[in-house]
Amino acid sequence: MRFTKDHEWVEVDGDVATIGITAYAAEQLGDVVFVETPDVGKTVKAGDGFAVVESVKAASDVYAPISGEVVAANAALSDAPETVNAAPEAAGWFAKVKLANPAEVDALMDRHAYEEYLATL
Amino acid sequence: MRYLPLTPDDRAQMLSVIGAPDIEALFADVPSAARVTELFNLPLHAGELEVERELVSLAARNRPAGAGPFFCGAGAYRHHVPASVDHIIQRSEFLTSYTPYQPEIAQGTLQVLFEFQSQVAALTGLDVANASMYDGSTACAEAVMMAKRVTRREKAILSGGVHPHYAAVTQTIAHAEGMEIVRQKAAIDAEADVIAAIDSTVACVVVQTPNVFGVVTDVTRIAEAAHAAGALLIVVTTEAVSFGLLKSPSERGADIAVAEGQSIGNALNYGGPYVGLFACREKLVRQMPGRLCGETVDADGRRGYVLTLSTREQHIRREKATSNICTNSGLCALAFTIHLSLLGEVGLRQLAALNHSRARDMAGALKSAGVEVLTPRFFNEIAVRVPDASAAVEALLADGIVAGVPYSRLDPHAGLDDVLLLAATETTTSEDITALAAALKRRAGR
Amino acid sequence: MTMNNVGRPTGPGAGGATAGHASLTGGRGLLQDEPLLFELGGWDKTGVDFDSAEHDASDLGDLVRTAAIGLAGLSEPETMRHYVRLSQKNHAIDLALYPLGSCTMKHNPRLNEKMARLAGFADLHPLAPVSTAQGALELIDRLAHWLKTLTGMPAVAMTPKAGAHGELCGLLCIKAAHEAAGQGHRRTVLVPTSAHGTNPATAAFVGYSVTEIAQTADGRVDLADLEAKLGDHVAAIMVTNPNTCGLFERDVIEIARISHAHGAYFYCDGANFNAIVGRVRPGDLGVDAMHINLHKTFSTPHGGGGPGAGPVVLSEALAKFAPAPWVVHDGTGLKLVEEAAGEAAQAFGRMCAFQGQMGMFVRAYAYMRSHGADGLRQVAEDAVLNANYIKARLSAEMTPAFPDGPCMHEALFDDSWLEGTGITTLDFAKAMIDEGFHPMTMYFPLVVHGAMLIEPTETEPKRELDRFCDALLALARAAKAGDAARFTGAPYLAPLRRLDETLAARKPKLTWRPDPPALSEERAQVLAS
Repeated sequence: MRFTKDHEWVEVDGDVATIGITAYAAEQLGDVVFVETPDVGKTVKAGDGFAVVESVKAASDVYAPISGEVVAANAALSDAPETVNAAPEAAGWFAKVKLANPAEVDALMDRHAYEEYLATL
Repeated sequence: MRYLPLTPDDRAQMLSVIGAPDIEALFADVPSAARVTELFNLPLHAGELEVERELVSLAARNRPAGAGPFFCGAGAYRHHVPASVDHIIQRSEFLTSYTPYQPEIAQGTLQVLFEFQSQVAALTGLDVANASMYDGSTACAEAVMMAKRVTRREKAILSGGVHPHYAAVTQTIAHAEGMEIVRQKAAIDAEADVIAAIDSTVACVVVQTPNVFGVVTDVTRIAEAAHAAGALLIVVTTEAVSFGLLKSPSERGADIAVAEGQSIGNALNYGGPYVGLFACREKLVRQMPGRLCGETVDADGRRGYVLTLSTREQHIRREKATSNICTNSGLCALAFTIHLSLLGEVGLRQLAALNHSRARDMAGALKSAGVEVLTPRFFNEIAVRVPDASAAVEALLADGIVAGVPYSRLDPHAGLDDVLLLAATETTTSEDITALAAALKRRAGR
Repeated sequence: MTMNNVGRPTGPGAGGATAGHASLTGGRGLLQDEPLLFELGGWDKTGVDFDSAEHDASDLGDLVRTAAIGLAGLSEPETMRHYVRLSQKNHAIDLALYPLGSCTMKHNPRLNEKMARLAGFADLHPLAPVSTAQGALELIDRLAHWLKTLTGMPAVAMTPKAGAHGELCGLLCIKAAHEAAGQGHRRTVLVPTSAHGTNPATAAFVGYSVTEIAQTADGRVDLADLEAKLGDHVAAIMVTNPNTCGLFERDVIEIARISHAHGAYFYCDGANFNAIVGRVRPGDLGVDAMHINLHKTFSTPHGGGGPGAGPVVLSEALAKFAPAPWVVHDGTGLKLVEEAAGEAAQAFGRMCAFQGQMGMFVRAYAYMRSHGADGLRQVAEDAVLNANYIKARLSAEMTPAFPDGPCMHEALFDDSWLEGTGITTLDFAKAMIDEGFHPMTMYFPLVVHGAMLIEPTETEPKRELDRFCDALLALARAAKAGDAARFTGAPYLAPLRRLDETLAARKPKLTWRPDPPALSEERAQVLAS
């Protein structure tokens, strides 16, 4: 699993990356009440806002950590947004993206680096 | 001054607690160039008696709708409002409270909003309604913007029966947002003409029924055409009492219904304040503008209400909000809700039936007087052909009759100078109708 | 002696054990547990009597609604009970101080209510022939004159229906003016970070992008940052003055000057006009457009969230782009121009169906006439005095966000004084409810941590200010003394305890629906398996 400074995670399986927000982000947001996942088929570019996660008091943009085409969105979140709090780095994933440029993944932090980064916040 | 409780002693004591020598010291941040030292050239304070005299004399220069035969409609309607409505809305706890930001001490307002939303959803037949908009026209414009967000398309089609002022408000907002509005030519019974204009670039189709000419239209076919093209159908209603007689917007395929709620609970007020009704299908709720009240429980598990889904709104979403609306029309919504609770299902149906019946009387009397009635199917409002309708209205004033609204006043460039819009409600008497028919007949005979 | 010992006891009763005592029915003394209208009423019940209709609706065929609408009705006595019971669960200005910062919750004179209900105003149709509405047009014209005089601006657009609607009107004027001058490429609006959320939302609504301007350490617009961000792409700046920190923008004239020098218009958010009315004219500051919330400064009632009214005063440069309709004198009387034509054809459009919030105009005008030029000046002075008094007294225990210098009409505190107590601004606010006060505006402006924004207004007597300050100081001491439960579980004494907003947002229930019929045990088992 790889991480961004904006607290997204990426897990690559073949040429498809699963994307979500980190446990740290989920805890900071508080109770998640709604997730707007991207449409399947949409092309995203690394750094673009591609999903929105809402708590009661805030709406936060989630940025695409990598570029590619959205091949799946986590439909279960619409009925159970609390999954993002319960299992942010597993069942609470947002979308799967077919990688346009696998090298982008290598530029992201590994868990150790991310944890070190968190310690600086 | 009667609204200012501080005495000179109070002020002196307070300044000393603050540690300021005088009041000027508290305005120290105002640049001296910007400070006005003298009183403005306006009258000085006045007692209640004096203010009341001035306002009573201004009011006396207006002719209230209730002063005699009166037939204006076209977006605002004279109805009888039970006395208890105005009594309740003047209770301090409703009148002098604000947006329920602290739900624990605003359950009165919040429960009313929940009841209001439930009533609006029932009237329109749609799943959800918001806590009100400014009026019907701004609700219409907001609905079109919402359709843009939902469909991500940038064109709206307005039928020729949409109230010209509603169309103008919508065009104003849409223009600013860079959205294209195709407004069809004004025509009395031509709602179905919008079908030909629908294509896959259209975000929404806006149809008013009863339309500005009073025509009731079955919009089911328009809904089918819109949906087939991936567009939304927005149904506009300016006379909310019609919900008591006519099939609901939802039954006819509307995705969003907007309406002017003034007819229920609210006075004419020369155009405002009114209350915009806004309802939509459940799946669209996150794109809805305005405040929403929802049910929840408190820390002890008791049922209560809060403002919810506020991440759509300006105070959280800022430049990404669905709308910039903040204050809406709370007290008018309260009046609406109280009046509609007094009416209930049976009362609203009776009221609507009575309105329709009076309009049938009016149409019948005018036909008998030789006036051409242009509206084929109507609720409580009709269009009739009267040469130079504006002049006719002015002339009938001399007979003490306010003979409706010349269509040309709403839309001077439509070439419909001979169309007069007339509304009848439960307040219209048969004597009023007889007087109108006789006066129009006399005028035609001259 | 004769001795009657059968009368009612007059002592206080046994007293003592009261804590945790709940009623058997859910009510609390005078506070009734009140169901929803739909649970009380019936589809066949009504509180009105009508003549029966002479004609049926056969002419409408299948356009007639045959299915149930789903409304509930109540008789008149039940209606009164229902809404009076609900009303008693609301806080209100008439009950106690209502210190919502930036909302100006002041006393609402009842004369204004009476005047707005005169038949000549209330029962006047918006499309009544203009010759029958001369008094209404005269009132609009007089109110416009007062607004223009008080702001030192040459024109006013009367129709916007609330503050945010006024912002929209102002920005649409600005957009139209730029387009007319071949400056349509200007599409950025500069907004301070402390701005009210409606400012960026309005800018986005008219298709502009928003760039934030930094704030200085003393709570004002950072001039250097503003100057750096101005340019050929900037359409306008939107600045609230006095600002949302309750401070007057000392450099406002310079802000206007450099903005104009870069071709941008100066939109001033007039939400806080109450602090300066009668003492400062926005026109003298270089403002091009400013909305005036009649429901704030000019005391039209807030009504549980509206209706408001937001006329926009305009500079000479913007006046000709103002929306229809407007009132003109034509020698014989007043006329209503409902369709822009001729020279005025540059009007950008129409903000609402009719003439705006006439009912609010009547109230605001009655209020202005009551106060007069002298009273309005006193309004600003007392509003500022009251806020500074609160700031001075509360500073004994709480930390003002900007301790140096006076504030204007509202006092802003941060939450640094709560550090280490385990109590948040929200907890503190909820504990205020138990003491009988409405909380202040919280967590706004965003630039101050745990912000508490207190606006008392001029209509509070010193006694009420002292009662309020005494209560807050006592609470602050309790917070620092470690009495956390008083706060974290508050309110305890309000009609309801803290509400679960997460549940409301996750599973939105926005309308009443009858409970689904209970499942038979057998059916439930089938579904469960």
